[in-house]
Amino acid sequence: MNGFLHQIIAGIATGGIYASVALALVMIYQATHHVNFAQGEMATFSTYIALTLVNAGWPFWLAFVATVGISFCLGVLIERVLMRPMDKAPVLTHVGLFIGLVLVVSNLTGWVFDYTVKPFPTPFFDGPLLGGLVSGHELGSTAVTLVVLGLVYLFFRHTSLGLAMRAAAFNPVSARLVGVRVGWMLALGWGLAAAIGAIAGIMVAPVVFLEPNMMLGILLYAFAGALLGGIDNPLGAVVGGFAVGVIENLGGTYIVGTELKLTLALVIIIGVLLVKPSGLFGRVVLSRV
Amino acid sequence: MSELSEAPPSLRSATVRPAPGIPPALLWALGAVALLLPLFMAESFTLFQLTTAAIYAIAILGLNIITGYNGQISLGHGAFYAVGAYVGAIMLDKLNLPYWSTLPAAAVICGILGWGIGRPALRLGGLYLALTTFSLAVAVPQILKYRGIEEWTGGVQGVLVTKPDAPFGLPLNPDQYLYVLTVLLALGVFILARNLMASRLGRAIVAIRDHALAAEAMGMNIANIKTATFAISAAITGLAGALSALAVEFVSPDSFQASLSITLFVGMVVGGVASIFGAVFGGLFVVFMPNIAEGLSKSAPGVIYGIILIAFLFLLPGGVAGLLRRLGARLRR
Amino acid sequence: MLNRRTLLASGAALLAAPRLGRAQTVVGVTSDEIKIGSIMPYSGPASAYGAIGRLQQVFFKAINDAGGISGRKINFISLDDGYQPPKTVEQTRRLVEQDRVAFLFNTLGTPGNTAIQRYVNQRKVPHLFLATGADKWGNPQEFPWTIGYQPSYRTEAQIFTKYMLEHDRNAKLGILYQNDDFGKDYVAGVRDVLGTRFDAVVKMVSYEVTDATIDSQVVQLHGSGVDCLLTAATPKFAAQTIRKVFDIGWRPKMHFMTDVSISVASVMNPAGPEKGVGILTAAYLKEPTDPTWQADPGMNEWRAWMRQHMPDADMTDGNYPYSYSVTKCIMQVLTQCNGDFSRENIMKQATSLNNVVIPTLINGITVSTSATNFHPIRKMQLAKWDGKTWERFGGLIEGAG
Repeated sequence: MNGFLHQIIAGIATGGIYASVALALVMIYQATHHVNFAQGEMATFSTYIALTLVNAGWPFWLAFVATVGISFCLGVLIERVLMRPMDKAPVLTHVGLFIGLVLVVSNLTGWVFDYTVKPFPTPFFDGPLLGGLVSGHELGSTAVTLVVLGLVYLFFRHTSLGLAMRAAAFNPVSARLVGVRVGWMLALGWGLAAAIGAIAGIMVAPVVFLEPNMMLGILLYAFAGALLGGIDNPLGAVVGGFAVGVIENLGGTYIVGTELKLTLALVIIIGVLLVKPSGLFGRVVLSRV
Repeated sequence: MSELSEAPPSLRSATVRPAPGIPPALLWALGAVALLLPLFMAESFTLFQLTTAAIYAIAILGLNIITGYNGQISLGHGAFYAVGAYVGAIMLDKLNLPYWSTLPAAAVICGILGWGIGRPALRLGGLYLALTTFSLAVAVPQILKYRGIEEWTGGVQGVLVTKPDAPFGLPLNPDQYLYVLTVLLALGVFILARNLMASRLGRAIVAIRDHALAAEAMGMNIANIKTATFAISAAITGLAGALSALAVEFVSPDSFQASLSITLFVGMVVGGVASIFGAVFGGLFVVFMPNIAEGLSKSAPGVIYGIILIAFLFLLPGGVAGLLRRLGARLRR
Repeated sequence: MLNRRTLLASGAALLAAPRLGRAQTVVGVTSDEIKIGSIMPYSGPASAYGAIGRLQQVFFKAINDAGGISGRKINFISLDDGYQPPKTVEQTRRLVEQDRVAFLFNTLGTPGNTAIQRYVNQRKVPHLFLATGADKWGNPQEFPWTIGYQPSYRTEAQIFTKYMLEHDRNAKLGILYQNDDFGKDYVAGVRDVLGTRFDAVVKMVSYEVTDATIDSQVVQLHGSGVDCLLTAATPKFAAQTIRKVFDIGWRPKMHFMTDVSISVASVMNPAGPEKGVGILTAAYLKEPTDPTWQADPGMNEWRAWMRQHMPDADMTDGNYPYSYSVTKCIMQVLTQCNGDFSRENIMKQATSLNNVVIPTLINGITVSTSATNFHPIRKMQLAKWDGKTWERFGGLIEGAG
């Protein structure tokens, strides 16, 4: 029974990682109605930028803010250069672009920053808590995730820019008619998503250690989490991320064995899409024709 | 609706006919040359590469049917390729069955599997299906080495198989024989696929991609057609997988990493989305391009590969097949 | 039909004839050049190992700049396989059939080498000093043209298990392993020693490289009542394990760590050097970030070479001393060939190494091979982490066999 409880707590700790990445996925979906496959790789790249700044002697939080800013600009740049000209292309082309981005960014990261595992500093108290099942950093990063969640919520609900962004993603034609600059809203969405991805990367790296493939598995678990909670609901994605962490641990320990954890995530993805495509917290969208 | 009318022409025009003006006899002659010419080439390594390219061409054709023609984006077709290869290897190594029986068996088993996956896939549109199948691609090696089936799959160690010798006393070495066999099978599959896409079912497959609602209104059973398309697609890719087991003479979980599915996808885009003939260029591209990319940069061949993919999407959205079609049209004018 | 068949026949005859005629075994060697082939994962999930190949390219270039070997320049062709066995097969055939290399050197990865082993032995191409820790490469009866290099993971696990039993006959061992050939070799080694007692003594849990963390596995092992731990994990997960084991207050009586993951810079320090105190390993290479070797002549030689030839490389990367050692070893073989670079002689010399001293191997560990010994490095030395360095203790332990 004790082991069971420990697995749950450890699952919540790992789930915090998924939650932060899931939040970034939801963000870009809110802003562009896309799910960017390269989100994980871009976040890893950003994290290396942060590490470079920290190693150059910058204070942590300054490096943090700078990295988030740089990532925002990179996100906007990618949208302007790569996605914008392909705006009208079919989904298949977008998937192709995402795959191309994955290839370029992940290989570039390894090329520029080496493949050796690197430690990443944490700004929080880094001692073990709760008998070592949770670290100070994990609590701190969960707090950061929640703060980001709050900001995202406020931004989308209570600012006119947020409203315009949602409108641009949801119904570009009508949005344009009422004077929203749809193109720039999408670019802004990419920028914000890249920025939130960078935050997620910086929060994840101290736990899993930094290397170029850091995000590969995490992205899939996060995707499962985002779907579980509802891809259009930031709160749902965070809850879903935590839930996937717990499900993964319990399933891996007691049901399918640790070898099939990823398969378990796959089953969650398929299961949610089949049974409740809008996720646990998502709004059901009826499309009228 | 607006998406449709603004799609590049190459993605809308679906069925591929041999360009008018080229007599079928010439096409057959070209096929015969492709079949025989390499037999005179001295390097059996080149032969091996061409065999591999032909195998990839078959696999890419399978992917193209579901993704290019039917619009269901699969980033996990490596899974069917892997299952086909494993079916072949297990039949050869564990059951001691003749090699020729592995090819139809792999196609049938993958077809059934495709049918099973095609059902739930119905409910996943566009990006969701792409991401789900991508997750499948990442999970494939882990499923292959699962302890419960280790006895059959050889676990992480994989299975070694041996190339067949040429039958009927044909004076061909195993490499040459496999090349002939692969090219003949590829020709057969390509002709079948062309006929399929020109048939009622083929037109229905495309109609569903272009406008599902209208297709349904015309009385098509969308669910059945989509599932059947998935099954056909999986069967073709599975056949390629079984051939690959013969050519490589080894299967293991590492042979079927997520990058395999991405390779097939890249081959489809480069060769030409929704083009039967394009798969040939796709097959050649995925075999020869990485070597060229490696020659360009030892440090990061993957970066170059990715840039080429993006460049194709921008500059040649119809792939090589689309380019040839455009050139052909210009010449006739 | 008849026509076609004769056509095929003549085609085949054309093809077969030159190959039969070319039965000579001095391949890949001209009066001024010797061709060496290698395959490395420069792309894909194992790209980190590409560092090994990059050092080799620089190394052979430096040899050429200094005049080459026996009057010949080395043409080193190192190709990328992305750690995918089908690609390994393709690149091997390219090296053997198209580039016609004299031999293959340090091809990396267990799956890829498994895929090509039969082929290269049929072709009688020397397949030297493979970069994999699997046990199966030292099998001269069946595969006389394939020879490994480093002590196998399995041997290492045997050493650990024997050590554990010597110190505590009733120990219960938990194994945390990566679910691939690397991790499973450790399980096999433990099984070799424990035999029928394995199931009663051992609790094992695996992880996948796609897992975010190993927290769940560590908690599971801790809860299962084992009192010793063997971690067969790659650096990222090894560092996570050390930290987690410590943080949950678990103090295993003995914690064995695979020598793949003993880098001070990328495992011990990231985990927190104080958290790993007491961890045991068995090493054969000098770890580049271990302060023990600060004034070591062998490592000084390596560091000087790196500074001169690869000034931008990451000096904390353990792949470089490894690559330096295996490349030094092949140079010894080429020197011993004394100008006769026939495949038979290359294989003969590769299997006639007599206590060759390599600067980046732990002092006292040498390379020896013979017609019946295809395990070039057989010895390892136990070491214990004291919070700052790996403190070696006990004599050299003979492993394989």
